[in-house]
Amino acid sequence: MQRRQLVLYGAAGAGFLGLTLFVGWWRVDGPGAPEPKGQRPLPLSAMEFRLTDHEENEVGPGNLIGRPTMVFFGFTYCPDVCPTTLSDISGWLEELGDEASEMNVVFITVDPERDTVEAMAEYVGYFHPVIRGWTGPEDQIARAAEGFRASFERVPTEGGGYTMNHTASVFLFDAEGELVTMIDYHEPREFAVPKIRRALTEDVEGAT
Amino acid sequence: MVKKLRYTNALAVLLMVAGLSAPALAGSEDVVVENAWSRASIGVNRPGAAYMTVRNTGEDAVTLTGLATPLAMMPEIHESKTNSDGVSSMVPAGEITIEPGQSVALEPGGLHAMLMKLQEPMTEGETFPLTLTFSNGGEVTVEVPILGIAARGPEG
Ligand SMILES: [Cu+2]
Repeated sequence: MQRRQLVLYGAAGAGFLGLTLFVGWWRVDGPGAPEPKGQRPLPLSAMEFRLTDHEENEVGPGNLIGRPTMVFFGFTYCPDVCPTTLSDISGWLEELGDEASEMNVVFITVDPERDTVEAMAEYVGYFHPVIRGWTGPEDQIARAAEGFRASFERVPTEGGGYTMNHTASVFLFDAEGELVTMIDYHEPREFAVPKIRRALTEDVEGAT
Repeated sequence: MVKKLRYTNALAVLLMVAGLSAPALAGSEDVVVENAWSRASIGVNRPGAAYMTVRNTGEDAVTLTGLATPLAMMPEIHESKTNSDGVSSMVPAGEITIEPGQSVALEPGGLHAMLMKLQEPMTEGETFPLTLTFSNGGEVTVEVPILGIAARGPEG
């Protein structure tokens, strides 16, 4: 009797252990694993926001479907990271040559208070002509950031002004609006340009 | 474009101009600033940034404590950082100690001379003087070339 109970407990214990291990695997490595922090952006078709480009056109994620797309967040009062990203992107686009004109390249401001349509127009004018600048009401910018799983935060500075912390990665989507990959801030050109080429060719090969 | 300024020469010029008495210069006679550059600004409302390499060719460590320039009322050394989530932020870097024979690079996406409260626009093709001050009272002044807004390095 006692022995039988022990066996039963043993079997139940082993079963429980197995289940625990399985649940553990499911949660940590398996399909139930949480997206890593700074999760994967939604497909463009699943995003919803309305913004205005630097030429006063009403734009949204739907405008980006049909061509490969590169998107990044920033602000024009950013002295270091944003002009560096914009000039890096301009360099990548130069290297792509004619292929660059087959892409949407969009710089979305996280500082709409200062980055009006006019400010965006002036700023993007200094970089590669393919780059578009998008701005709009703060709630729409927040919705856009949410779709890309990007974050931004206003931080006061000593001089009485403010700066913005923000996601500095570049997002790459194929022509169907599916995320291809991300280019981390300051990624060397020898890595970035092949990634962009992948986004450019993915639709041609019909892979999504 | 390479700008080299011997610490002693810069100081001599500065002392002549300001008519100051010589501060103690323990061991930091040989600070060399190379490859200084900056990007043009749009107007004066946006802060500017300047980059350079600061090399300590002397025998003793030197500590960079601050910046001064007629171009900006609040020049400050900042550091941009990008965390594991890809979020970048910028903080004052504080004092920077450079060991003998070592150099510190102020470069895009890392340390930079942040030029807040510009007094005049930064115009491509012009230069401006930037003075680096050290903990022992020494100073080095370098003429920083202003390149285009989309410049990627000292070569443009
Ligand atoms: Cu800064």
